[in-house]
Amino acid sequence: MTPQPFRLPDGGRISRGAPLAFRFDGVAYQGYRGDTLASALLAAGVHQTSTSVRLGRPRGIFTAGVEEPNAIVQIEAPFPEPMLPATTVELYDGLVAGGLPGQGRLATEPDPARYDARYAHCDVLVVGAGPAGLAAAAAAARTGARVILADDQPEPGGSLLGTAEIPDWAAETGSELDAASEARVLRRTMVFGYYDDNYLLAAERRTNHLGSQAPSRLSRERIWHIRARQVVLATGAHERSVAFAGNDRPGVMLAAAARTYVNRYAVAPGRRAVVFTTGDSAYCAALDLAAAGVDVAAVVDARPEPGGAAERAARAGIEVLAGHAVTGTSGEPRVASVAVRALCAAELTGPAREFAADLLLVSGGWNPVAHLFSQAGGQLRYDAGLGAFVPDGCRQAVRVAGAARGVFDLPGCLADGAEAGRRAAEDAGFTAARPLPPTSAAGSAERSAPSAHLWVVPGPDGFGTHFVDLQRDVTVADLARATGAGLRSVEHLKRYTTAGTAHDQGKTSGVLTSGVIAQLLGVEVAELGTTTFRPPYTPVSFAALAGRNRGVLHDPVRVTALHDWHLAHGARFENVGQWHRPWYYPRDGEDMAAAVARECRAAREGVAFMDASTLGKIDVQGPDAGDFLDRLYTNMISTLRVGMIRYGVMCRADGMVFDDGTVIRLAEDRFLLTTTTGNAAAVLDWMEEWLQTEWPDLRAHCTSVTEQWATVALVGPRSREVLAGLAPQLAVDACSFPFMAWRETAVAGIPARVCRISFSGELAYEINVLPWYATALWEALYEAGRPLGITPYGTETMHVLRAEKGYPIVGQDTDGTVTPQDLGMGWVVSKKKRDFIGKRSHLRADTGRADRKQLVALLPQDDVLLPEGAQLVAGDRLADPPVPMLGHITSSYRSVALGRTFALALVRSGRERVGERLYVPVGEELIPVTVTGPVLYDPEGARRDG
Amino acid sequence: MLLIPCPWCGPRDEAEFGYGGQAHVPYPEDPTALTDEEWARYLFFRNNPKGPHPERWCHAAGCRRWFNAVRNTATNEILAVYRVGEPRPVIV
Repeated sequence: MTPQPFRLPDGGRISRGAPLAFRFDGVAYQGYRGDTLASALLAAGVHQTSTSVRLGRPRGIFTAGVEEPNAIVQIEAPFPEPMLPATTVELYDGLVAGGLPGQGRLATEPDPARYDARYAHCDVLVVGAGPAGLAAAAAAARTGARVILADDQPEPGGSLLGTAEIPDWAAETGSELDAASEARVLRRTMVFGYYDDNYLLAAERRTNHLGSQAPSRLSRERIWHIRARQVVLATGAHERSVAFAGNDRPGVMLAAAARTYVNRYAVAPGRRAVVFTTGDSAYCAALDLAAAGVDVAAVVDARPEPGGAAERAARAGIEVLAGHAVTGTSGEPRVASVAVRALCAAELTGPAREFAADLLLVSGGWNPVAHLFSQAGGQLRYDAGLGAFVPDGCRQAVRVAGAARGVFDLPGCLADGAEAGRRAAEDAGFTAARPLPPTSAAGSAERSAPSAHLWVVPGPDGFGTHFVDLQRDVTVADLARATGAGLRSVEHLKRYTTAGTAHDQGKTSGVLTSGVIAQLLGVEVAELGTTTFRPPYTPVSFAALAGRNRGVLHDPVRVTALHDWHLAHGARFENVGQWHRPWYYPRDGEDMAAAVARECRAAREGVAFMDASTLGKIDVQGPDAGDFLDRLYTNMISTLRVGMIRYGVMCRADGMVFDDGTVIRLAEDRFLLTTTTGNAAAVLDWMEEWLQTEWPDLRAHCTSVTEQWATVALVGPRSREVLAGLAPQLAVDACSFPFMAWRETAVAGIPARVCRISFSGELAYEINVLPWYATALWEALYEAGRPLGITPYGTETMHVLRAEKGYPIVGQDTDGTVTPQDLGMGWVVSKKKRDFIGKRSHLRADTGRADRKQLVALLPQDDVLLPEGAQLVAGDRLADPPVPMLGHITSSYRSVALGRTFALALVRSGRERVGERLYVPVGEELIPVTVTGPVLYDPEGARRDG
Repeated sequence: MLLIPCPWCGPRDEAEFGYGGQAHVPYPEDPTALTDEEWARYLFFRNNPKGPHPERWCHAAGCRRWFNAVRNTATNEILAVYRVGEPRPVIV
């Protein structure tokens, strides 16, 4: 086990009593509970975590948080997870990880963890539990408002966690909120998306930090869907770097990050440090590091007059170089020395000085974390005083508090947060009952100097190692090349250089990039603006987003009342929409073709039956129901007599076929219509839309009854015998019970509605019963039909039978461009009706063209089974591209009844081409086919009455 | 995700609704009286404004009622909702 040479002897928010063993890049290390992977590596003296993606340069830990551009790792155990910043991975026992130069790897085995989702509403959502967020949440909660406080860290405190002394009230406020009945504190929860109307998404890491110790009863991550009346964003600020030569070397670190490592994790990130800053905040880091025993060689301050903080550092014995800049680093791979020169009016002057150092802290200023605010539609404004973009206006009910809007001192953040929380609660309808508690932090009397805004340190030797985006390896030289090529917009520059497009989405580099570009173009940063912030703020795993909606729960599965019978009898299933339908029922040793051939033969020669329960069924009632259906269907429905059935087609207003099915007239004011299985919901929507929006005066109402009826199709020349045996009260002869009639009777003692409908051309019945009688009916039919060889059949046989008869399936043989006339079904389009949906479109010149694609059948040569979707061309040799296409195959089967293969196709001027030879390119071959009319089997319709 | 105030049910998540395109495009009284171009305008032509836009929505996973909403297409704000048959409110 490697010791922890850089661990400080005391302090920090780690549990020295809980040592944790882990491996990184094959080496065993030890850290403590409370560490991140990054802090544990630094404690072991490991700075470099990998090399950069494009240039292969050594790169080390650069930050202490989610903004990390460099230290991206692959978790290998206990479960593989790619592309995590080491700065956000809480250390656990048994962690195995490695550095990633670029892409990570997904697990090859299924993820055993569970993920889920929660939905929540609140009056005030506070994002961020730093000083401003805690103050806001406390102020809002004290009004009685329902408050959610979400923060990505394990404990509240925010930036205070990285300081030497955390005031007690941070933990106390957290406890107060935990105890409040209307408040909820979400720890380890990253709010990553801000959408319309204050809808925010957050990812809660519930067991990630426990490694293999994670209890399996808990979900690993949880996505919170939060709808908030008011939002307070207290998301803090990210420190940014400065572009200078060699600013990417391991050992270069943001100043506040180093301060966090010392104070929170009790780790010295180096032995001897140089601090390069443009403002006051880095002095806190310098002093905290010095107090922890790190030798601070110098503070290099770009400002000529640094103010009180510098005086404090000087009193502590730290050399302060005012008006200086770091011009370069050297050392392989880690920083060993730092070069410094005086900086005057943006020019380097004077002699160079070299400082031996293994750590270079950089602070180029602070960027308010405005990502969520920007996602919400908020505008950003460049504040020249702060040298940063700050939130401006937003139409959503959102406030920004603390550092996220450029308030950087602690008393200011507390007051700002409390005010934002109180006002948010008031806007949500609550009254601040108690006066605001006094803030405990006292203001500083120190004379602070404004920050300098330094983006680039002049580089006498060019700008090839002045990095702006560490993760994408983008330098000032790259940006200069892009502006030199004429690019002006930050959005274009981003895409041209890829700056800001990496995994970290430019959290540390975005504003620096804008600043450098502004300098290159000689414009104000305010004019340039920023690139667009889009969700997610940090990467979210697909597993977390999917939650429980995986595997069998991915999509609802619908099964019929007969499903168990189908399962027990070896059915193979196919998905039709959400339905699982029996596809075919193979017997021992049968393949699909053999089973389908047997099922087809039974239906054409004897008797067969299928479960047709999935057909959509809509009950339409009311005095105007007939009139309503006349307007929907292309044919006349209102003239249908009670007791009879009519086939009908519906078109969209553009005249194209939308659905087809049968209409049963149950009573003068009541119809039952069927739809195609996959279209049931769409047809009901369509009917309700017209009733409500165009014809609210029509007295008609629609109800879906798809699942209220089980339907069994009994098919074949001997089906009448089977029915007659089970329905003694029913006169089954063709005269008494003609085609397209329905009767109510008892079948096997079960109340049933029997319809003489055929989707095969054979004598056939559709028997409808309440679904809880379905199995009894089915088994009675099976038993009664057994002497006649009754055969259950599935959807494949149904398709073959209907295709032999040229019956189209809407959605298979049609798409949104096919009229009833194209299908050769002009007979179903009423000439008498004044209007129906689609009628006017059938009168357009285009729908009357003779060269439209029309439904025909094809007889392929040599019994080839043509692939559905294949194209049709003229001539036995392909023309030069683009090859003129005449149409395509929509259905293709092998037919027992015809003794050959056949296909249905939509073909340009198809009906005129009957008898013509066309060709189907399949692979390298051209298969000859002969065009025929679509009805290949029993064109006279002689078999319908048995 | 929008919070859409259904005029029958109150505010509900956008996920419960279906979108029905531009409102106030009535089915012509007598389609046969229209020229092909006029019919095509009814079928295919819709406004695409940046700003307030009257639209049809259906509370498909709720009360299943169609209603109209005026939405600012630039900001996604729903400025008004009103039931079928009610006049379009004046948006100032």
